[in-house]
This record gives sequence, C-alpha cells and structure tokens, in this order.
Amino acid sequence: MDTFIQQMINGLVLGSVYALVALGYTMVYGIINLINFAHGEVLMVGALTSWTVVTALGGMGLPGWLLLLLSLIAAIVVCCALNYSIEKIAYRPLRNAPRLAPLITAMGMSLLLQTLAMIIWKPNYKSYPILLPSEPYNVGGAVINNVQIMILVVTAVTLSGLMYLVNKTKLGRAMRATAENPRVAGLMGVRPDQVISATFIIGAALAALAGVMYAANYGSVQHTMGFLPGLKAFTAAVFGGIGNLAGAMVGGVLLGLIESFGAGYIGAITGGVLGSNYQDIFAFIVLILVLTLRPQGLLGERVADRA
Amino acid sequence: MNFKENRLPAFLVAGVALLILPLIAGQFGNAWVRIIDIALLYVLLALGLNIVVGFAGLLDLGYVAFYAVGAYMFGLLASPQLTDTFPGIAAMFPNGLHTPWWVIIPLGAVLAGGAGVLLGAPTLKLRGDYLAIVTLGFGEIVRVFMNNLDAPVNITNGPKGITGIDDISMFGVHFGKTGHFMGLDFPKVTNYYYLFLILVIIGIVVCHRLERSRIGRAWMAIREDEIAAKAMGINTRNLKLLAFGMGATFGGVSGTMFASFQGFISPESFSLPESVMIVAMVVLGGIGHLPGVIVGALLLAALPEVLRYVAGPLQAWSDGRLDASILRQLLIALAMIGIMLARPRGLWPSPEHGKLAPTAAPLKTRDDPSVPQPVGPNVSEATNESHPSGTRHV
Repeated sequence: MDTFIQQMINGLVLGSVYALVALGYTMVYGIINLINFAHGEVLMVGALTSWTVVTALGGMGLPGWLLLLLSLIAAIVVCCALNYSIEKIAYRPLRNAPRLAPLITAMGMSLLLQTLAMIIWKPNYKSYPILLPSEPYNVGGAVINNVQIMILVVTAVTLSGLMYLVNKTKLGRAMRATAENPRVAGLMGVRPDQVISATFIIGAALAALAGVMYAANYGSVQHTMGFLPGLKAFTAAVFGGIGNLAGAMVGGVLLGLIESFGAGYIGAITGGVLGSNYQDIFAFIVLILVLTLRPQGLLGERVADRA
Repeated sequence: MNFKENRLPAFLVAGVALLILPLIAGQFGNAWVRIIDIALLYVLLALGLNIVVGFAGLLDLGYVAFYAVGAYMFGLLASPQLTDTFPGIAAMFPNGLHTPWWVIIPLGAVLAGGAGVLLGAPTLKLRGDYLAIVTLGFGEIVRVFMNNLDAPVNITNGPKGITGIDDISMFGVHFGKTGHFMGLDFPKVTNYYYLFLILVIIGIVVCHRLERSRIGRAWMAIREDEIAAKAMGINTRNLKLLAFGMGATFGGVSGTMFASFQGFISPESFSLPESVMIVAMVVLGGIGHLPGVIVGALLLAALPEVLRYVAGPLQAWSDGRLDASILRQLLIALAMIGIMLARPRGLWPSPEHGKLAPTAAPLKTRDDPSVPQPVGPNVSEATNESHPSGTRHV
C-alpha cells in the first residue's frame, strides 16, 4: 500500500509537469494545426536559464524560495521571448505552405535549440541546487517533499488561471474563435496573428514553469532534458484529445500516473524480467492504444477527417 | 520523355563519373570515400522513406526503427554476440556465426518489411500528425528495447552495442580487405562504395518503376484524397500496408549494409534525430520527386561531413565549444529551417505540383485532403465544418 501511495504521488507530480507542457502543445495545435516540436526545447531553455540565475545569485544569501521565484521569472521572460521569435521566424512565413514544411522547420528549431544550448551551457549534466527545505512529510507510509507539494499547488493554480483566461476573458474568446475558424475570426475583428503570438507566449510561460519545476524536482539539468518530457507531453495532449485544454490536463495527469505505476509494478508483474528502465515505453504504448481505439482522444470531439 | 535519345551520352558520362569517383576521392584520403559511402546509404534510406512519405503521403517519423531491425539482424547473425551469449548456438557453429550475405540481406529485407506491415496495421486509420507521432513512438519503443535487451538474457548487448560484425564477402570478393585490380588498390571503403552504388541504382529503378505503376498511381491517389481513392475502388488498406512494407524493406537493407560497413552498431545510431534527418532529406529535396530526394539526401548527408574536416580552426577559436559534431548538428538544423523557409516545396519539387500550384493557390486546400472542396451551393456550410487548416489566415 505504501508503494501505491508513493507511486500515486510521484505520478501526480510527473503528470503535473506533463499537463503544463501538454497545454502548450494542444493550444498551438488547436490554433494552427502544427506539432510544435520545439516546445520541449523551450522547457529545457527555461530550466537552464533558471539554473544560470540560481547559480549566479547563489552567493548572495537570498532565501531559497526567493531565488526560485527570481529564476522562474527570468525563465518565463526568456522562454516567452524565445517562443515568440520561433513562431515569427520559423512558422509564420509558412502558414500557407505545404503541411510538412512547418513541421520540418519545427524539428529543425528543436535541433537548433538543443545545439545552441549545448554550445552555451556545455553538454555536461549540471546539478540543480536544493532551494526548498527538503525534509519529507509522511503521508500514509509514503513521503512527499516541499518541492512536490509546490509543483502540485502551482500546477493547480496555473491550470485554473488558464481555464479562466481561455473561457472568460476577451483574449480567450479570441483564441477560441481563431481556433474555430481564423478567417471568420478575422472578419469579427480578431487579429489572428496577434492571437497566435499570444498563444505561443502563454505556452512558453507554461513550459518555462514546467521546466523549472522539473529541474527542481529531479535535481539536474542538461541540454537534452526537454526531449522526452516534450514527447510525452505531446502524447498526453493526444491522449486527452488534441486541441482540448481540459483534455491536455487530464491526459497529462493520467499519463504521469500510468508511467509511475507502470514503472513501479512492472518488475513485480513480469517477475523481474522487465525492470523500471522500460518506463519510457508506457507513454508510447498508451499512445498507440488510444489512437487505435479512440483516435479523437479521451475528451476530444469527433472531427471530420483532418489530415 | 522526348529527350530520350539525347540522354544516352549524359547517362554514360554520369556512369563513368560514378565509377571513377571513389578512385579520385581516394587520392585525398579514404575518409572522403567514407563520406560518399555514408551519403549513398542515406540516399537508399531516403528513397525508402520517400515511398511512404512521398508516394503514399504517410508521415513516418519512426523510419529508423526499420534501419535498426536490419542492422541488428545482421549484427546478431554475423558476429560473436549470439555465440558468446548462448553456448548452444556456439556448439552448433564451431567456427562462429557467419551467415552469408545471400541469406542475411533478403532476411533483413523481409523482417523489416514485416515490421513495417506490423506498424502499419494498427495505424491505418490515422493520418498526418497523429500517424507521425505514433510512428515516432514506435521508433522510440524499438530503441528502448535495443537499449535494455541485455538483461536478463544478453541479446543486444544494451547501450554498449554489438561489435565484431563481419564484412560482406560475395562471389569470392572479400569487401573488408584491400583488393588489387588493374594496378589499382581497392580498399574497404571503395569496395563498399560499389556495393552501395549498385543498391542505390536498384533502389532508384524500383522506385521509378513503382512511381509509374498501377500501385504508384494508387498511392498518389491515396495521398491526394484517400476517400476519393477508396471510392474509385482502390484497396486503401492493402496499399497503405504495402507502402509501409516497401519503405521498411529499403530501411532493412540499408541497415544490414550499415552494420557490415561499420562493423559496430549501438542503439545510439538509431535514435530519433536520425529519423528526423531522413524525413528532412526527403522533404528538403522535394517530397515524392526522386531526383529531389536524392539531392536532398546527398546534400544533408555529405555537406556537414565535408565541413567537419574544415572545422579545426573554428574549434580552436571557440575554446572547444564548437567541435565537429556540434557544428554538423548546427548546420543540419539551419539547413532544415533555411531551406524550408526559402523553398517550402523543397529544393527540387516534382513538376506536376508546380503546374497545379497557381490554380490551387486561391483555395489553399490542395495540400489538405481533409478540407471539403467548397463547390456548389454548400460553400458556406463546407467552410464552417472544415478544420481551420484549410482556411488559414495569412
């Protein structure tokens, strides 16, 4: 039972990170129908920026939470600027190009960001300092620490904030309208280009947040760290029904739980033949099953064939 | 096709040039021939992927998995790996496991083709981006297994990879050894060059014939509009599976070649960036257009490798941060972005598309078969139901 609760906590924490990143994918996909492959790299840049700030200010004797907050703000600013430029440089000129063209520039961007990060920050693993008191609390035999609690709380707050933004504000209405039909939205006085930029900026802020929390939780940063979370977050977005915000959240959390329980129990189930090093395949198996059995995702609506 | 009679001399010149190319490049060192060899392998891979992505319009981001299947099969059947792990196999083959090429290459092709059909089967209903992400996941699953199948039974030797893979020897010619013929030396890289060249030529002929065949036309019909193709009586299920299978076969054969050429394989060589690179070759060159695909593959494979040899001063200047492999990655990334922005249809796109483009431009729906063509009185209705991709804003 202890293991069960522990895996549940780990899964929720991991799932929160996936959910935040998945939202970025799903919003972009919902509006311009593009898999933004560089999104995982935005998370990586956020984490590395935060690491730089934390190590640079580390000697000043600031309290840990303030340091974390400052580095988070820096990461969000950098990531927003980055994602805004990515959209402007690599995607906007190709809005009416053949479908594969922006996908290729997206992959190119992902590779470019990874390479640049490797040049700027060097390829070694860097340990992310422990900024919050790390003594764990005991919950029914399992343990949870401050960082994990912070992740759960921050994610919950952010997600409700985003729901409010999208469903109640003017910008949110413009986003939904653009996702529905950019041409008609344009006729109604919405500026699709601005809305798309705003979407990329919001997505980047969420990714930066996820990156900092990921780094704080796992304690190490490196230029390739964005790839797998990015891929899995996209899986989560598809799992929940791409283009659907609530779906991305549910998909992210569920995927985190599936991975966590899968990794925790696979050894026991297969009698030790397969170990937790197979953790990474659960996401993809889930993906394949979902797409085969319910291609529109958990909460997605059935749309007429989109190629 | 009117130029047929004028083409013969050009073909002859090109043929002779291709035959003596490694001998000339060899004068500057075998490293250059090696670059050409690798480029040829990529051409073969790109030709295979072009069947899936270019002809049938199925975006496959896990293509490298089939390459891995071929390579690992060769690696397992022609190296000490299996005999070291299983005493039973060692007892059966006292001289070590050295499966001949005429078993291994067809087997690799069939196995990879089977894997292609296996992947194709559950993804038949998916299109576009969804298919891309599932195939990507499939590639990752294969890589995770390659990485972890060293325990409890050591099959793939995990991240350390398989070493000591045999060179190919056929018709008494041992490709791994330097041969002498007409007073010229033929080192390993040159021998493999001719082997790869033959395979690439076979590949080009097969693709060219496929493109013009009933099957090829059916694939293109599926690519342009699957529902219409189905309505025309095309068996879309079987043809899509066939496309996956054919493409994977190319991947498998390239994989066996790669394994014997390198003599060493590890999961590292079959990671996602490799898949992305092959897709990039196809798309950058001109999707679905054979000369374009070949140009794309040669360019992306060879150019960064060539620059690798001039990277020395840059490395010194940048304090070791810009080494050759980083520079290579940087160039590939910049090429992917730059070429796509400058020429979204690729460097050398197929002419049919060029002709259609002007008439299609106002509708913006040519590339998106999902969008119902707004014809007749239902225009407004059709646009409302359609996905935003079809009615995108500038």
